[in-house]
Amino acid sequence: MPQIFHPSTNTFSRVTIFGAVIVIVVLALVGGSLQRSSYTTEVGTPREQPVPFSHRHHVGGIGIDCRYCHTSVEDAAFAGIPPTQTCMNCHRQIWSTSALLEPVRESFRTDRSLIWIRVHDLPDFVYFDHSIHVRKGVGCATCHGRVDQMPLMWRTQTLHMEWCLDCHRHPEQYLRPRDKVFTMDWEPPADQLALGTRLVHDYDVNSMTSCSVCHR
Amino acid sequence: MTTARDSGALAALRAQLATLRGAEYWRALEALAERPETAELLAREFPRHAAGLLEPVDRRQFLRLMGASLALAGLGACSRAPTETIVPYVRQPEELVPGKPLFFATALSLGGLATGVLVESHMGRPTKVEGNPDHPASLGATNAFEQAAVLTLYDPDRAQTITQTGAIRPWSAFLGAVRTVLDTERPRRGAGLRVLTETVTSPTLARQLRALLAAFPAARWHQYEPVSRDNAQAGARLAFGRVVETRYQIEKADVLLALDADVLGCSPGNLRYARAFATRRRPRTGEVEMNRLYVVESAPSTTGAVADHRLPLRASAIETFARALAATLGLGGEPPAEGNPTRAHEIAFFAAALVPDLQRHRGRSLVIAGEAQPPAVHALVHAINHALGNVGETVVYTDPVEAEPVDQLASLRELVDDMAAGRVDTLLILGGNPVYTAPVDLAFAQSLAQVPLRLHLSLYHDETSALCHWHVPATHELETWSDTRAYDGTVSIVQPLIAPLYDGRSAHEVLAAFNGEPEKSSYDLVRATWQERHADEDFERAWRRALHDGVVAGTALSPTGVELRQGAIPPAAPAATQGSLELVFRPDPTLYDGRFANNGWLQELPKPLTSLTWDNAALVSPGTAERFGLANERVVELRSRGRTARVPVWIVPGHADDTVTIHLGQGRTRAGRVGTGVGFDAYRLRTADAPWFATGLELEPTAERQALACTQHHYDMEGRHLVRAASLVDYRAHPTFAQDEDPAPPAALTLYPRVPYEGYAWGMAIDLSTCIGCNACIVACQAENNIPVVGKTEVQRGRAMHWLRVARYGIGQAEDPDLYFMPIPCMHCENAPCELVCPVEATVHSAEGLNDMVYNRCVGTRYCSNNCPYKVRRFNFFQYADWETPSLKLLRNPDVTVRSRGVMEKCTYCVQRITVARIAAEKEDRPIRDGEIVTACQAVCPTEAIVFGNINDPTSRVARLKADARNYALLGELNTRPRTTYLAAVRNPNPELA
Repeated sequence: MPQIFHPSTNTFSRVTIFGAVIVIVVLALVGGSLQRSSYTTEVGTPREQPVPFSHRHHVGGIGIDCRYCHTSVEDAAFAGIPPTQTCMNCHRQIWSTSALLEPVRESFRTDRSLIWIRVHDLPDFVYFDHSIHVRKGVGCATCHGRVDQMPLMWRTQTLHMEWCLDCHRHPEQYLRPRDKVFTMDWEPPADQLALGTRLVHDYDVNSMTSCSVCHR
Repeated sequence: MTTARDSGALAALRAQLATLRGAEYWRALEALAERPETAELLAREFPRHAAGLLEPVDRRQFLRLMGASLALAGLGACSRAPTETIVPYVRQPEELVPGKPLFFATALSLGGLATGVLVESHMGRPTKVEGNPDHPASLGATNAFEQAAVLTLYDPDRAQTITQTGAIRPWSAFLGAVRTVLDTERPRRGAGLRVLTETVTSPTLARQLRALLAAFPAARWHQYEPVSRDNAQAGARLAFGRVVETRYQIEKADVLLALDADVLGCSPGNLRYARAFATRRRPRTGEVEMNRLYVVESAPSTTGAVADHRLPLRASAIETFARALAATLGLGGEPPAEGNPTRAHEIAFFAAALVPDLQRHRGRSLVIAGEAQPPAVHALVHAINHALGNVGETVVYTDPVEAEPVDQLASLRELVDDMAAGRVDTLLILGGNPVYTAPVDLAFAQSLAQVPLRLHLSLYHDETSALCHWHVPATHELETWSDTRAYDGTVSIVQPLIAPLYDGRSAHEVLAAFNGEPEKSSYDLVRATWQERHADEDFERAWRRALHDGVVAGTALSPTGVELRQGAIPPAAPAATQGSLELVFRPDPTLYDGRFANNGWLQELPKPLTSLTWDNAALVSPGTAERFGLANERVVELRSRGRTARVPVWIVPGHADDTVTIHLGQGRTRAGRVGTGVGFDAYRLRTADAPWFATGLELEPTAERQALACTQHHYDMEGRHLVRAASLVDYRAHPTFAQDEDPAPPAALTLYPRVPYEGYAWGMAIDLSTCIGCNACIVACQAENNIPVVGKTEVQRGRAMHWLRVARYGIGQAEDPDLYFMPIPCMHCENAPCELVCPVEATVHSAEGLNDMVYNRCVGTRYCSNNCPYKVRRFNFFQYADWETPSLKLLRNPDVTVRSRGVMEKCTYCVQRITVARIAAEKEDRPIRDGEIVTACQAVCPTEAIVFGNINDPTSRVARLKADARNYALLGELNTRPRTTYLAAVRNPNPELA
């Protein structure tokens, strides 16, 4: 009785079977790394804004406190984007004829809001509260990066849930004293773990990881 | 390929559907889907998909689809997030912190009477109404109507532009028309001018109307509302010779008798009365004594349902009952014999226990007459309260709250006569919808047509607007300045929460145009009224205080002395013919007089006692149903005074025999997309001589059936101990009766390890003794948690989305059971059956014991719902939430996710409120205080039946309630260890009636 299959069929079937497994694994790896890549997370991608507002100039250069513009960061969930009025407090006087600032003046004149592009945007099913994080000693720079060195804003963190949970599970790695929360150039000391553990105790940090803490 | 013939057929179908509205539209769609022609048309139209649409899926195709969806399942997450924008203010208002709501005190009125509210505003959008604890008619609670006010505000079907015979006109054109009217009328002193309003309590509106009448002395002001207080006022005139307001001190009464009076459910001051009633319904040994409530009524009401003794009696027989009672109490008159010998014994038995009970509690008893009863009954009740020494104790009289109390039916009749006789040249209708609500025999619409110029101000372009030349869209109460009074006279300033969404005007502004001051805004007018009254004081201070508090201090009416007239009680009219049927009219428990017909929340809110949604029906007793061979949903023809209606039947245990109750407010023809064509119009049977009940009804069953949407079909508990109840005597003898009825299994009886809860452990206790089944909690939950409306067809399929339902169960004989209400939210079981079966961990436990539902993890297997013994989980079978209509986007609570299709959802214990309180407490380095977190259902509850809090804190209110002997877990025998538990109901029946 002649052979039905040619001997090379063995090889062919092995390649197919193992190849399929490899293809699936590779696809999964590619998908996973794509998900974490800066292409998707937009980490490090500066966003164009209607007015090229520079945090580097205003924070790093002039030394304006975060809370001068983001007024509700200690009181509310939303840190607050300043009304045009806040810009005009200074820019009525300085750079009052600059072409770059024309959209700001136009907004003030016409009473129409400036429309900024969101850089740090959580999905709509996530409810984040700035005030409690600031209160518990999470520095601005911990999540937003060295804003004082950014001419235009970009993300320095993925804002993925695993990133949130990393801190919520081990807050001692990231906390800083309350008086340093708004300090951009604060560097964690060598004994951050000891400091963090002490702050977790002092600030009564009970960072929760239950789903309903953020999703509701 | 589509042939011309097919597209013609499709177009015809579309055209056919386009004419339909509301429920009719959906019904038509459903009917369409079932027709064989539709299948054929679909097959021709979509040949490739026809098989998939019309045939069951075969195994191969199923596997292929499953494989594809599995492969694609993860890809959705790998996309970039869409770019979003932030739009800050140009000049940020003071006091406004983005993301933090502000609360403003204002008031919402119904029938002219105000309920003080605090409205939550998110950056200028009113989203949620709460009761104002400082307001005497609210005390922090509201009815379902006030909860649903925000939906009416954002209703896209509201009238949006001023129109003249259908053409859009500017406000200036309207002012021009008014000027022409005034110029014509001035020489005739306004002889041809008539103004028709609803009940007016607003001091500013009254001032403006009086100014108009002063300028045009021959003009007339008429008032009409279908749910008026004519009978109560006429009764006061009989008894005291003048109109007085009757106010009750229910908390002082040990024995109460309500004669056809829904004093807890639907009457002026009902929230306050319900609160006072509940203070005497919590049986704790050594604390306040329980009161006892007797109710004699025709149509079952929530008041009747919570009564200790309830006597169903046809409406016309209640006067006989009251006369007999008066005679027994020695007030003269012969006790008339009850015509129906079969009931006579039962009634005598009831009265024999009631009378000594009332007499034993002189000065601490209270008899209340309902608006539906004729003036004679009100006069009798005044006399009885006098005889029992209750005046000044449990009942007080004050001057009327209304600016101009008139017999509204007579007022409307006068107007109709004038219109028919051609004496009216200009009719200004400020609010109301008289074409729809006027008694049918007055033929209001025909007389209206005789008037040369008709102007109408209303929220919707409704039945009346369609017959008027000019229509001005009214501002909603949340959009305008005004003032209004509560049932006890307390004035509230109504302040706007938002600028008018459309080109709306308030009644004040329209009247200002007639008073020759069109430049004045509502704000100017209201302020002027109060400036006059505070001329000597620091007005600005008083004004700001009134706005802040929501009440104007010192405006409550103080009790006034009244003297009972001799011979106040008119002689008895001949008794109604026995054996004939009676037709009883009631305002709809959720739609009132029909003004809320286009409010989806209220349409879908199950009506207390019947659990019907999206319809009204002819309510009959089981006995009457048997007599006529009726079953639920069977259509009958009702013939009353020469008018007929075809109406589906709904059998209600506890209904009086030989009586048919129908609710007003449905059957609108121009309500809007939601309310048009829903139910039948009960006003078409209502005549001016019998506004509340009519004898001589004929009923004829037809062969038709009409499907109704009911959320709970029967009253039976199927042998389980869901509601546990006892009499006060039994409770005293055996306080732990509820726990012993079905003892919970030992806590260790589970395979899963016990989770310790340190810190906060949230729990809820619901007192079944005080729940009156008003259903306000359901709407409050809906408003707070962005719960969508699903429509009648979906409700019929059991897909209503309410996170909280109020079940009602009957104990005792089936024809007239004792009714109990049981609000059922998620139980937040510690051993939650739902969590074990979720394949994707979309429902898990939080560290504080909440049963969390994670929408973005849910893949819609619905296993959790199948495994939930309480059936509190709701599934979005379709995209129920409206994501398109711009005005409805403003309505959403920004703190709660708006769920999408394919996702399970359920009660979260208002976790957004827990989070807000936790963050506030942690920022102040303190624990959350007891009572700091108030869930939406708890906040709205008039009787404080729902209490939420930390059960780990033994001093918290909820922990103390859970320690009560009456506390038991629903289906606790399943060892689910629910965090929501119930306090068993205790009633206080008269031992002599046992």
